[in-house]
Amino acid sequence: MRNPQLNDKGELQHLLTIEGLPRETLTHILDTATSFVGVTAREVKKVPLLRGKSVFNLFFENSTRTRTTFEIAAKRLSADVINLNIAVSSHTKGETLLDTVDNLSAMHADMFVVRHAESGAPHLIASHVASHLHVVNAGDGRHAHPTQGLLDLYTIRHYKKDFTRLSVAIVGDILHSRVARSLIHALTVMGTPDVRVIGPMTLIPAGAEKLGVKVFYDLEQGLRDVDVVVMLRLQSERMRGALLPSAQEFFKYYGLTPEKLALAKPDAIVMHPGPLNRGVEIDSAVADGSHAVILSQVTFGIAVRMAVMSILAGN
Amino acid sequence: MTPVLPDPEALCAELVLQLKPQVTADTALVGIHTGGVWLAERLHAALGIALPLGVLDISFYRDDFDKTGLHPQIKPSQIPFEVNGRHIVLVDDVLYTGRTVRGAMNELFDYGRPASISLAVLIDRGGRELPVAAEYVGARLEVPSGRMLVLDRDENGKLRLKLDA
Amino acid sequence: MKIHIKNGRLIDPGNNLDAQADLFIAAGKVAAVGKAPAGFNANRVIDATGLVVCPGLIDLAARLREPGYEYKATLESEMLAAAAGGVTSLACPPDTEPVLDEPGLVEMLKHRAKTLNLAHVYPIGALTVKLAGEQLTEMAELRDAGCVGFSHADVPLQDSQVLWRALQYAATFDFRVWLRPQDGYLAKDGVAHDGEVATRLGLAGIPAFAETIAIATIVETMRATGARVHLCRLSTRDGVNMVRAAKRDGLPISCDIGIHHAHLSEMDLGYFDSHCHLQPPLRSARDRDALREGLKDGTIDALCSDHTPVDEDSKLLPFAESEAGATGLELLLPLTLKWALEMKIPLVQALARITKEPARILGVDAGHLSEGHNADVCVFDAEHYGKVSVAALKSQGKNTPFLGIELPGKVCYTLLQGQVVYDVGNA
Repeated sequence: MRNPQLNDKGELQHLLTIEGLPRETLTHILDTATSFVGVTAREVKKVPLLRGKSVFNLFFENSTRTRTTFEIAAKRLSADVINLNIAVSSHTKGETLLDTVDNLSAMHADMFVVRHAESGAPHLIASHVASHLHVVNAGDGRHAHPTQGLLDLYTIRHYKKDFTRLSVAIVGDILHSRVARSLIHALTVMGTPDVRVIGPMTLIPAGAEKLGVKVFYDLEQGLRDVDVVVMLRLQSERMRGALLPSAQEFFKYYGLTPEKLALAKPDAIVMHPGPLNRGVEIDSAVADGSHAVILSQVTFGIAVRMAVMSILAGN
Repeated sequence: MTPVLPDPEALCAELVLQLKPQVTADTALVGIHTGGVWLAERLHAALGIALPLGVLDISFYRDDFDKTGLHPQIKPSQIPFEVNGRHIVLVDDVLYTGRTVRGAMNELFDYGRPASISLAVLIDRGGRELPVAAEYVGARLEVPSGRMLVLDRDENGKLRLKLDA
Repeated sequence: MKIHIKNGRLIDPGNNLDAQADLFIAAGKVAAVGKAPAGFNANRVIDATGLVVCPGLIDLAARLREPGYEYKATLESEMLAAAAGGVTSLACPPDTEPVLDEPGLVEMLKHRAKTLNLAHVYPIGALTVKLAGEQLTEMAELRDAGCVGFSHADVPLQDSQVLWRALQYAATFDFRVWLRPQDGYLAKDGVAHDGEVATRLGLAGIPAFAETIAIATIVETMRATGARVHLCRLSTRDGVNMVRAAKRDGLPISCDIGIHHAHLSEMDLGYFDSHCHLQPPLRSARDRDALREGLKDGTIDALCSDHTPVDEDSKLLPFAESEAGATGLELLLPLTLKWALEMKIPLVQALARITKEPARILGVDAGHLSEGHNADVCVFDAEHYGKVSVAALKSQGKNTPFLGIELPGKVCYTLLQGQVVYDVGNA
C-alpha cells in the first residue's frame, strides 16, 4: 500500500503522521527549521516563500493555541491565511466533511491545516483533494499530531544533540494522546534506544510495547536516570470516564514534582505540549524551574511549522 | 569551445587589491552560500575587516520556488551586525543572471536598511537577466550558456574553478 | 417446467455426493439425480459442462434494509443480489425500522419476498419488543407468522434477568435464539479491535474479552434453561475455544462467522479504510486463523455474508464516524471458495458451511438436492476469477474491502423451486 503522504515522485505531499516517514525526511525538516529559527529572531520575521499561496486552517475541533501558531507560521512565510472554525455538533448533520473540503478547494486553497476530533480525518481529506493541494494534520483524535512530534524532536535535539544515547520518558494519559503517539514514532525513527511510557494501567493503550516503548506503572521507577521528561496534559473528562478517581490522587502518584524530577539525570529537561494543568500533572516549581524548556518548545514550534509548510508547498 | 579557466587564487588577490582602498572600520562583508562564503572568508581575513563576517543562504528568497521547491540543504543565514545605515559589500563567486544577487538583496533588506550595497564577484560571466552590476570583478569570462561555472575548495582550503555540464 | 441440468459436477454435502451427475427437475422439485426419470422430456436443458451444480446457497444473515432503510437498499435490489450470488434462502435479522417484533410486519415481509420470487426469506424475529431488552415478544405468534428463530440483532442484551427469561420462554417452545455475543459496556464506543492497530491508529477499541465474557454468560444461561442458541458472528480465538468446550459438554449451541472475518484482520484497516469498519471488528491475525480452523473442524457451523449494504456517503467519513458493515450476498460463494482453496478443503466439505449446515440451523428443509424436495439450485464456475467491482455488484451496497480484488467463483444459474431466477447470460 502506497504511503498516502507521498506523491508519485516519493516526495512529501502531505504531513499526516510521523509513522512511516524515513529518518532523512525528519532530519531534513529539523534542519530546515533551524534556518527558520534564525528568521524568527530577526526584526523582519517574514520570508517571501509562500507569497500568493492560501493556507486554510480547518479546525473542526477548537484550539486557539495551535491555530494561532499555524497562522503565525503561515504569515511569516508570507502566505494568506484563512481561519475556519467549524463547530461540529453530533445532533445537527450539516455539510459532510468532504463537501466542506470540496467547497474550500474551489476557493483556490493551496494548503489545508486540519484539526479534527476523529482519528483518520486528515487521511480521508488527503485521499480526496486534488493533487496540487497539501494537507497538514494539526491533530486528529488520538491518532497523530505530527508537527508537535517534530517540534518536540527539535527541542530534544537542541538541548541533547544525539538521540542514540537518550532515555526519554513520556508521562500521563498515553491512551488518549496523539502527542504521545507522534513523539514515540519520532523518537524510535531517530534511533532513541530507551523510550518509556509511564501512567496507571487505565491510561496505557493495548499493545503499547509494540510501538517500541517500555511500559512503567510506577513513576519513580520510570523516571530513573532519564534525560528527557515529557509531561502530558490530563483532561478532566478522564475523571468522569471511570479511568481515574481524582486529580489529587493522579498528582500524588504521577505528577512531576522537584522530588520526582530529582530521580532523573541532573541535566534532564522537562517538556510539556501545553496548556499546563498546574498541580495536576506538573508542579509549578518544575514548570517554572530551570529544567523546563516549555517556552522554547513554543518558539521552536513556529519554526518547525514554517519548515513543514515550505517543504510541502515546494513539492 | 571550452574557455581557459583563470586561477581563482590570483583573482582573489586581484579583488583584495580592488577593495583595499574602500575598506573602513565600519565596512561589512556578507558572503552568499556556498562559494560566496568561501571567497568572503578569504577576503575578510586578507582585508582585516573589523566586523564579523555575515553569511546569507538565499533559499527562502529564490524566485524559482514554485518550479523547484525548497532546496534540500539549507544553512542558516547569520548577520551578526546592525544592517541599518551600514555600507555592505556583498560577495559571491560567479555573477550570471543576477537572480541570486536580487534574492540576497531582498534578504538583506529584511534585516534592515543598509546605507549602500556594493557587489564583489570572482567571475562575471555575463548573461544578465536582471539589472544587476558588480563594482569589484576578478575577471570577466564568456561561458557557454548550457554550462555551470562553479567554485570549489580542496582539503587545504585552496580555491579552484570548475566547469560543469 | 421440466429442466435437465447436464454434465455438471454435482456436489451435495447433504447427501455426501461429489460426482459427475445430471440433475432432473420437474414441478419445482428434484425429480431425479443421476439418471433421467422414465419419460422425462426437458423443456430446458442447461449445459453445466465444467461447472459445479450444488444446492442453492443459504445465507444466515442478510440485511434487506426493508422496512425502513430503503435509501440504503430495497428488497428488490437485495434479492436480485441474492439470486446473482447463488443464494436461494436467506435469513434476515430483525433490526429493521420498525423492528420485526409484530406478526403483521413479518407477514408483510414474507409476502413481499414471495411476490418477488427470487429467494426464500426466513425472518428472524425480535427477542424483545423494539429490541429494547425489556419485554418479551410474542414469540409463538411470530413463529406462526413465519419466524424461524429469535434474535437481538446487534443490540446488547445487558439485563441477564431478561436474557434468562427470554431463553426460558424460547425453550418452552423449542425456539432457537440467535445472539451476538458482545458485552455492551465493554464494546461501548469501540470501533476496532483493541490491540496494536487500534493503538497505532488512535481508534477506540473493543477488547476480545467483550466477546468471551458474553459467551460465558450465554452458555451458563443455556445450562440453566436448556435453550437452543445460535451465536452470531464470532470473532475471537478464545470465543471459538469456548464454543468447542460447550459443544463437548453437549449443549445445543451453534455458531457462525461473517465471510470477511474468515479472511481479513485488523492489519487490513491500513490507512483508516472505512470499508473495514465492521461489527464485530476485524481482529488480530491469530484470531482470524483460529476462525478459519474452527470453520474447518466444524466448531463453527456456518459461514454467512452478514450482508449490510451501506450508502457511500456513510462510508466517506472518518473511520469512527462511518457506518459499520459490508455488502456480502454476492461474495458469499467466492469468499467461501477462496477459504477452501487456501486451506485445501474439499469442495463438498466447504459448501456444507453454506448449504447443509445453515439449513439445519434455520430448521428448514433446504440445502440439499434430494428427490421429491425443493429444487433450489446453484450452478457455478469454480475456476473463473472475477474482479469485484461496483458495476458488477447487483446489491445497492457497494461497500466491501474486496473492491478491485479478484475472487474465484462465478454463479451462472440460480434456480428457485425449479425456476431460473438468475441466468448470467441474461444478467
